[in-house]
Amino acid sequence: MDTQGVRWTADQVLALAPDDASRSAGSRLGTAGPWSGTGSDGRGAVWGLCRGSGSTPYRTVVDTTGPAYACSCPSRKFPCKHALGLLLLRSGDEAAVTVTEAPDWAARWLEARRERAGGARTHGAEGSGRPAAADPEAARRRAERRAARITSGARELEQRLADLLRGGLAAAELSGYGLWEETAARMVDAQAPGLAGRVRELGAIPGSGAGWPVRLLEECALTHLLDRAWLSVDRLPAPLAATVRTRVGLTAPAEGPAVRDRWLVLAQHDSSDGRLTTRRAWLHGRESGRTALLLSFGAAGRAPGPALPVGTVLDAVVIRHAGALRAELGERFGPPAPLDAPPPGGTVGDALAAYGHALREDPWLDSWPVTLTDVVPIPTDHGWQLADAAPTGPGGGGGVGGEAIPVSGPALGRPGLWRLAALSGGRPVTVFGECGHRGFTPLAAWSADAPGETVPLH
Amino acid sequence: MDAWEELVTSALLGTDRRPPALAGATAGDAPVALLDAAALHTVRRRAGLRPGPAAEPPEPAPEDARRPLPEPARRRLGQLLAGRAAPAPSGGRRGAAPDLAELLPQWLVAANEHGYKAPASALPALLDAARARTDLRPQALTLAGPRGLWLARLNPEWRFALRGGGGRAALPDVRDGDTVRALWEEGLFAERVALLASVRAEDPAAALELLGSTWAAERAEDRLMFLDSLRAGLAGEDEEFLEAALSDRSRNVRSTAAELLSALPGSALSGRMAKRASSCVSLDRTEGAVTIVVEAPHECDAGMQRDGLIPTPPTGRGERSWWLGQLVEAAPLSCWPARFGGRTPEEIVALPVADDWQGELHAAWCRAAVRQRDAAWSRALLGAPAAPPATGPGTSSLAERAKLLSTLPEEERARWVASFIAAHGLSEAFQLLGVCAVPWARPLGGAVIDALDIARDAGSYPWSFSGVMGLAERCLSPDATGQLEALTALPAEPEDASPGAGGYWTEAFQRLVSTLHLRAAMRDELRGPIE
Repeated sequence: MDTQGVRWTADQVLALAPDDASRSAGSRLGTAGPWSGTGSDGRGAVWGLCRGSGSTPYRTVVDTTGPAYACSCPSRKFPCKHALGLLLLRSGDEAAVTVTEAPDWAARWLEARRERAGGARTHGAEGSGRPAAADPEAARRRAERRAARITSGARELEQRLADLLRGGLAAAELSGYGLWEETAARMVDAQAPGLAGRVRELGAIPGSGAGWPVRLLEECALTHLLDRAWLSVDRLPAPLAATVRTRVGLTAPAEGPAVRDRWLVLAQHDSSDGRLTTRRAWLHGRESGRTALLLSFGAAGRAPGPALPVGTVLDAVVIRHAGALRAELGERFGPPAPLDAPPPGGTVGDALAAYGHALREDPWLDSWPVTLTDVVPIPTDHGWQLADAAPTGPGGGGGVGGEAIPVSGPALGRPGLWRLAALSGGRPVTVFGECGHRGFTPLAAWSADAPGETVPLH
Repeated sequence: MDAWEELVTSALLGTDRRPPALAGATAGDAPVALLDAAALHTVRRRAGLRPGPAAEPPEPAPEDARRPLPEPARRRLGQLLAGRAAPAPSGGRRGAAPDLAELLPQWLVAANEHGYKAPASALPALLDAARARTDLRPQALTLAGPRGLWLARLNPEWRFALRGGGGRAALPDVRDGDTVRALWEEGLFAERVALLASVRAEDPAAALELLGSTWAAERAEDRLMFLDSLRAGLAGEDEEFLEAALSDRSRNVRSTAAELLSALPGSALSGRMAKRASSCVSLDRTEGAVTIVVEAPHECDAGMQRDGLIPTPPTGRGERSWWLGQLVEAAPLSCWPARFGGRTPEEIVALPVADDWQGELHAAWCRAAVRQRDAAWSRALLGAPAAPPATGPGTSSLAERAKLLSTLPEEERARWVASFIAAHGLSEAFQLLGVCAVPWARPLGGAVIDALDIARDAGSYPWSFSGVMGLAERCLSPDATGQLEALTALPAEPEDASPGAGGYWTEAFQRLVSTLHLRAAMRDELRGPIE
């Protein structure tokens, strides 16, 4: 067995970067030039000295099983460019990092880290791992106060929606964004961030091009549905009530069953609204067959949370939030393993049916994660679509009479779409993505020639 | 109008003006009733979404039988293409890390030499790179192969790839006469140029026949381009065609035909030129010493004009010296030893020239040596590399000297430039280095490294040599790292050195070493695991 664990590819390393600047800075350091004293302990730890502008080189050490990083540089980026450079060096040149004895400075950090990890594990085994609330009575009163504020917020929003409909949506176009901003601010005051986010999106619809009245009515109606659901949340069945609470903006703790599985890291991408970076990672459980979404957030300029190497399989525990796709990554066992095959999938019809099915649990879902097996990307006059490949007959790939789903608007503008087209070359591929009422957003793809190679599409 | 459209209209105009037709909705709660109905409709519509009909799929990309890149090389390509998007910071200080964008061209050349195909998922980045840098296009498109062209047809931004000129386009079998003729008569210009070249490589006579079949009907600029493509593999069989082109309607076509004929030893035109040139240049032994005497032509007659001489000189030049220059340039160099009593080129170049004609005459010989790819004359006109450029024979222009050098065999070229650098340093060597074969031969690489070391000891800053440094990073053989490693140590700073220069030099040498390591790694990755 390979005692060094799996060497990450350059793409996987670059996915760890907190932002584009670190990505390019790290790339420049991913060569032997500035490095000396590099080594690895064969158990997932890598270290090295990187010459910077100062007289003493920076000491960089990475534990890839975490992954965790330490570097003596002053950068507040995490991981810093030196850690990225070191991992890139290892990914590019096997001979550059050999198994040796760790120098003192690296050994100290690694030892402390492994002790902590061991400690956490024993502690986790003893109890629930989550400290009990200091004063359950006070917590309950706080929750009640917040629920009351949200209720008054929801009532206010209902009133606004009714006024809007009474006067007509055409007036909404004239009133512009200001009115919505103000309403969103009121929802923030009401401690209902979920409602505030919806209201902000409503404000953007009148400027979103042809067909906006239909979209605005749909989204107003679903916001209304959420208001009504909250106002009678006590009478809803427990799973739906949990969904409503999450949608309104009450974060449910991850207390679902902890599932240990071989989790395939399907896709990962960051989005930023200027103040907050959101990192979304999709996992698919090899044995459980379940898909999970890991969300993490970071203030501008900071990495949102540990990045996962896309296209590898993690032996790990995943804990679900109640009533949502969202989950948290728990303990990991060993380094990531290479992928053998893409997740199982279905046809375009199956994907839409899965979305429809998921709406029964959560009618506010915009999309649902699915895998399409054997689809062909086809350019049309209105963008691209993904079509079921015709069953292989004598004609081969005729596609006439086949079924298709359009690629969603935002995905049409991304470079990933061209990677998908190139990967396919007009032949069937397997595509993972989000399928919803706006179409399909491809996130990762696999070709028949190289089923173990995940091509990221975001 | 269906129920949903009713709801939208009502919502758009407002329930006050347009109450929705909903059962049980009173005027007061009409908005709520409308939202209820709309929510129901929206969720129902979303839950019931069905696929649409599939459009006509694109024709699948042609199969590419070439080998896939070895895994490490494939990762490297990803890095190189990503590095292109994020170039190293501009300005004098470049740090110790290699400049990936500069290594992409030679990586592409090497990958193509091995006969690899690009990984499909890298094609968009590769096409983007080729779009931004025209110098990358031929190699990038070759690597991209048929699937790259297939993809480029789908994206208007990559239309450049379809214009041809880059990559190996799909050409018919040159022995398939009908297909060849059809493509020749109906193909795009770029396809026709490529077709002519491939037919010519296989069967020169057939290529001339193909060209002759449509020659009279071609546009002047196309005739010029086709004629120019005969430069490759020029041979005696082409003379008849070229001689006919001397009477072409277009002046540019005429002069190109004349230029090609003059480069063809033994052609009738070069015989005529030899005669004309010999009559202008002779030996004079009267005053004891042997001297070359020049009698420039007095007129540029119709025959000379037909043979490509341009009668009107550029402003500021005398007519007669202008004509002489053109005559000597077009005359075969082989006529001169006979004219000068069996002297070698070296001896001829060393002879004094009367009445200030030396510059004119030597410059014309230089142009002739380049045009006729004559190594013996180039050698003579270059003179000894150690001689100061101003005193040497031939020309002192570095650009001209670089052209002369390019006619010498690779090894001799490298030795000459190495000696030149050893004698004169690096400041003048940039253009000369540009014509040397990559990777640089050992003596040349050694001379460049020594000269850089001397420049450092002399106390200059490394960015004064950034041009040569950049070339060295791309052209030094990776085997030269041994000689370089010693230079990367931080030296004790001498008193008269520029402040901090030592550190910058160390950094520059480190970048050089790491670039060479990187190139060696790239080379080994492309070789792949030994089977």
